[in-house]
Amino acid sequence: MNTSATYSEIVKTADGIPLKVSLAKAQRKSKIRGMLLVLPLFAFILLTFFVPIFDMLFRSIENQLVPEIMQNSSKLLVNWDDQSGELPPEEVFAAAKLDFEKGHAERTILRVGRRLNYEVPGFASLFRKTARRAKDFEPPFTEAFIERDKRWGEIDTWKLIKRESGAFTISYYFAALDLSYAPDGSIGIKGETQRIYLKLFWRTLALSGLITFLCLILAYPIAHLLSTLPLRISNLLMIMVLLPFWTSLLVRTTSWIALLQQEGVINDLLVGLGLITDDGRLAMIHNAAGTIIAMTHILLPFMVLPLYSIMKTIPPSYMRAAKNLGATPMVAFIRVYFPNTVSGIGAGCILVFIISIGYYITPALVGGTDGTLISNFIAYHMSVSLNWGLAAALGVILLVIVLMLYYLYDRVVGIDKMKFA
Amino acid sequence: MKKIRQISLALGSAAVLGIMGVANAQDLVVVSWGGAYTASQQKAYHEPFMANNPGVNIINDDSAADGISKLRAMNEAGNVTWALVDAVASDAIILCEEGLAEPIDHDAMLAPAPDGTPASEDFGDLVVSECFIPQIVYSTTFGYRTDLVKEPPTSIKDVFDLGKIPGKRALEKRPIGNLEWALIADGVDPDQVYDVLDTEEGVDRAFAKLDTIRDEVIWWEKGAQTPQLLADGEVVIGSTYNGRLFSVIEEEKQPIAMLWDWQVFDLDGWIIPVGGPHREIVEEYLRFATDTQRLADQAKFISYGPARKSSAPLVGKHASLGIDMSPHMPTDPANAKNTLLYNYVWWADRKDDLTERFNAWLAQ
Repeated sequence: MNTSATYSEIVKTADGIPLKVSLAKAQRKSKIRGMLLVLPLFAFILLTFFVPIFDMLFRSIENQLVPEIMQNSSKLLVNWDDQSGELPPEEVFAAAKLDFEKGHAERTILRVGRRLNYEVPGFASLFRKTARRAKDFEPPFTEAFIERDKRWGEIDTWKLIKRESGAFTISYYFAALDLSYAPDGSIGIKGETQRIYLKLFWRTLALSGLITFLCLILAYPIAHLLSTLPLRISNLLMIMVLLPFWTSLLVRTTSWIALLQQEGVINDLLVGLGLITDDGRLAMIHNAAGTIIAMTHILLPFMVLPLYSIMKTIPPSYMRAAKNLGATPMVAFIRVYFPNTVSGIGAGCILVFIISIGYYITPALVGGTDGTLISNFIAYHMSVSLNWGLAAALGVILLVIVLMLYYLYDRVVGIDKMKFA
Repeated sequence: MKKIRQISLALGSAAVLGIMGVANAQDLVVVSWGGAYTASQQKAYHEPFMANNPGVNIINDDSAADGISKLRAMNEAGNVTWALVDAVASDAIILCEEGLAEPIDHDAMLAPAPDGTPASEDFGDLVVSECFIPQIVYSTTFGYRTDLVKEPPTSIKDVFDLGKIPGKRALEKRPIGNLEWALIADGVDPDQVYDVLDTEEGVDRAFAKLDTIRDEVIWWEKGAQTPQLLADGEVVIGSTYNGRLFSVIEEEKQPIAMLWDWQVFDLDGWIIPVGGPHREIVEEYLRFATDTQRLADQAKFISYGPARKSSAPLVGKHASLGIDMSPHMPTDPANAKNTLLYNYVWWADRKDDLTERFNAWLAQ
């Protein structure tokens, strides 16, 4: 009997499978099980987060519509020199006739008209007018088109179609940045009366920053109080913080309207106390002030909760020790307590800022004209004007701004320092 | 990319359907505006239709306000679940041009008037798109607080006159209607409003007129805002849909009166979504729900004018208030002395750039 041989033999389980293999199998099983548990979440995030975001990114440059529907003419327009000062050749008009005829039969051509109307007003009716008659056009088609509408005889009309007949377009971004984009491709700044989006981006950032700051200075003492009071009282206070958090957003917004409007509770009170005259009632709603007040209130819990969870972890002995070592309460706060709360401040500020930058119901209801934000315009282009390309471009710009701020925050404060609990 | 989008949207909507439970074969999803308006359709159209067709169950969906965008999303996903959609005329035109609504042969599909007049003639000019079946004529007009104005306003000029009517006024946050009113108040011949707006100076002139009241305007976006603002005394005069004013005056008995001068007429009606379910039942429903009697019946529940000429003489009393509805109709001769039918075709071209300019003006 060779005992050494027994030792060198592979260790096996009761049913004769090598232990290593059996272990690996068991581990693989639990790994797969783990993966399967995560899979629904992964699929959910992929489906509801990444796909829509990439879809949106894509829509802001997508321009399939024009080359797809104006199939024949857009191909020929590539060869036309738009600097020549001459109209496209007859064959382009003949091809356009085919496109219009087919597009009219399939009821698709007017989409192109509406698409180009975003660039130059009037294209919607030009296409509508032309599509109805295109099947009766007789050669020479150049004359037939121009007879139907003289705009077909203008070079700019064709320049625009040529410019927008690629599969991708940059025009939505120009529109979103208040730049004019002439049919020949030259870029300029829009006239004073048409400029709007840059102002709105700026306003959105400024108001969101202000709301975040107001939330911070209001939430800091509340959170401190919550974390230091005896549990019985602090629980009650916590419920008071959370109660509005659980109430419907619309209810809270409309109650602010009832409170703040000129014939509202606060103005009535001030007039009753004789602090203001009946003619001098304060305008606190339907303007930027309304947006700031209502949004600060609505977003306050998002600041209180991260601050509270951090402050709860700071032992009271720190402050006692600081005072023991001769610090005044102010110095103890600045040098000991405050630095310990920075991670909570960072978390709360990022949370409130990012939520408020995309807020839209409250500003729509109480914002009036100078309290509406960029998201209100994104919503407008999504659901009213159906200009989804522009909505997407505005959304992408907003996303880029947020990512830039996030990056800046990471460089200055450090993302790893952020703690929610 | 398109494929991925379609698959993800289809999966998404399939998941939603799975949660809601798949609709029965005879469930008809009808999309409308909700509130008193859907209630009037329920009483006048849906209930009698369901009584005659026991197998059909009409489900109201109140998302007409987002109708065009939701319909486009459903269409892209290739899964249209709406059988019938209520839309304002300008949206119906867009849906038709985008290929999202079915063209309709009005005379073949809809019932003639009782005297045999074909449907297309009975509806007349109100068929503004080949995809559109008009239901009602409504108007955007003014209501004012009788107790807060020194003398009642009598013309659209008074809305722009801060001396005669001091205080806040509510206007809709869009250029449509407001630019026309501004020009008429500025003395432009109402027949030439759109000719004037076609010129750059004309648009400047309209904005200059709006500038004169700008600081005193609260801009509304939802039809319910003006009645609320009037009831609270936040504004002394404001524009909104005439049906909203009717309910705040007659049902809630607020001290508010109507100013009908240069009310802007608009239309609301049905469109059939391309690729929608139950086409046969939908056609049967439409034939019934848009006949002369049914359109007249709707006016018992809400103060909007029926779109058929033949329905007008049949308009009776309000179903619960018992008051005569004719004087509350925007189409009543006493109210319709000065009216403006807004020019859909003109606005289809100019909506994009003038809305941009309007918003830039607001943001100044």
